[in-house]
Amino acid sequence: MLSRKEERILRIITYIVLICGVVVVAIPFLYMISTSIKSQTYTFEYPPRLIPKNPTLENYVEALGKDRFGLYFLNSLFVATITTISTIVVSSLMAYAFSRTSFPGKEIFFYTLLTGMMIPSTMLIIPQFIIAKNLHLLNSLWGLIIIYVTMSLSMQTFLLRGFFEVIPRELEEAVLIDGGTQWTIFFKIILPLTRPGLAVVAIFTFLYSWDEFPWAHVAIRNISRRTLPVAIALFQNQYLTKWGLVFAASIVALIPVIGVFVIFQKYFIRGLMSGAIKG
Amino acid sequence: MEKRPLSRGVNSPSRHPSKVNLKALIDIIKGTLIDIVKRIIRSKGSYLFLLPGMSLFFTFILFPMIYSLRMSFYKWNIVNPAVSKFMGIGNYIRALNDPIFIRAAINTIVYTLITVPGQIFFALIVAILLDQKIKGRTFFRVAYYLPVITSWVIVTLLFEYLFNSQAGFVNFVLKDILHIVGEKIMWLADPILVMVPLNLLGIWKGVGWSAVILLAALQSIPADLYEAAAIDGANFWRKFTRITLPLLRPTLVFLVVVLVIGGLNVYISGLLMTNGGNPLDLSHFILTLMYEKTFANMDFGYGSAISYILTIFVLIVSVIQIKLLQRKVEY
Repeated sequence: MLSRKEERILRIITYIVLICGVVVVAIPFLYMISTSIKSQTYTFEYPPRLIPKNPTLENYVEALGKDRFGLYFLNSLFVATITTISTIVVSSLMAYAFSRTSFPGKEIFFYTLLTGMMIPSTMLIIPQFIIAKNLHLLNSLWGLIIIYVTMSLSMQTFLLRGFFEVIPRELEEAVLIDGGTQWTIFFKIILPLTRPGLAVVAIFTFLYSWDEFPWAHVAIRNISRRTLPVAIALFQNQYLTKWGLVFAASIVALIPVIGVFVIFQKYFIRGLMSGAIKG
Repeated sequence: MEKRPLSRGVNSPSRHPSKVNLKALIDIIKGTLIDIVKRIIRSKGSYLFLLPGMSLFFTFILFPMIYSLRMSFYKWNIVNPAVSKFMGIGNYIRALNDPIFIRAAINTIVYTLITVPGQIFFALIVAILLDQKIKGRTFFRVAYYLPVITSWVIVTLLFEYLFNSQAGFVNFVLKDILHIVGEKIMWLADPILVMVPLNLLGIWKGVGWSAVILLAALQSIPADLYEAAAIDGANFWRKFTRITLPLLRPTLVFLVVVLVIGGLNVYISGLLMTNGGNPLDLSHFILTLMYEKTFANMDFGYGSAISYILTIFVLIVSVIQIKLLQRKVEY
């Protein structure tokens, strides 16, 4: 057994290591904030300063006002919101069928769906591009939404199926005796009882569609339909040295992400776990 | 309540195998078919639940996969697919003989071999420390998770700025604070040096995710195991190697498999930081090369072949890992 003194030393070392880690994680972010409030002339000063000399909000004003950044923000918000709602609807319907009913071909359908979790999404970009082109879904926010919902389906159905399976069957029987249908069971029992599961799906899907870059990058050519990740990536090409502007835009894009994360932190961990334990 | 009882009578002849004649056989087949159709009709409700999701899945995942397999055998003409030229496995052979592809594959594999152990090593340290009775665990957990939820685009640009050769923070620290190097290093202009920020970014961004998963696994280890070991006089290292590591094994296997898949699919950071493999196409990853061949050179057949090579490789590696790593658990 450790003596009290040894235990205290151990605890102090623990804190020191953890805090060093946090510093390594935090410095790039602090640097980003600091650069976003520097005017252009100071973004290449040497030695670089973590605390800016003449802080200014001009980058934020310019990003939000001049460069259609507000529009990109709204595009992202629209895409992420519709994707999240649609994914919840579609994948909870599927999860219900897979967890609470039996029908011919159930296993085949389920395992086919699971292959979707194993295919690297970037590999699908080429054929999806051609199909989207033929269906006139390129250059449209709806084209993004349809692909995002599809790409989320396997994982989220799998996750929800786990949540649905643990609800006792007796509740269903009661509904059927009262003359209810499967739809009654779905809406009156399953959905209300699995709100935490639906929250997990909502958070993961929202963040995924808010951050997604590869598909949006190839599918959107029209400047006014860009989402935030594409806009920010091309910002950097456009103004190769305007780092203040790039980071001001990045921070605005990050705020909803951090908000969602901090508010729903406990659901996050649970979602990660259900993926980890069953995957 | 189960929907099992189906027309069982039809099946009864099969109980006397010797007397099975053709007619009975036809009856059985007929009966089975009728059964299936009945069950399908009865469970049409279930299919209705599946319909929206499955149609999306078939249209935008399964069909594209098959379509892209077909494309990979052609010199694909994107404007008029009908005149595409069949090449057999020509695109695959071309890739395997293409020095740029080989270089991209090496870059990708090295990236995976560095970032996967790197992430797991640091994540294990963080998870073990957070598993102690400490104050502010939530704060630390949120802090370490921050890079995970930040989009790849933003963190890549951030690292690009930090590793900027003229006024970058990293050069400042190395040259003017630590005095390790005499000259500012041109991190982003050299195909090998650019791998440093790319690999560091891969580790930095992923540690929080693995740490959260490892922490949960650690917390599920019963405390009395450690207490018993402590009574037997086991020190920290012994407890770690005899209790913690073996019990973490399933979680570690899961992490390795998932992180290797992620590592081999590295894409956004490479695309943005090297501007598509610059200089001289030497700093490509497999997927950035696929992007360039497909969308810049319009060679859709070759791009498809590259993505199929990667997919097959990922599948093989995953299966081998699961076989190897799981076998050791059984002793």
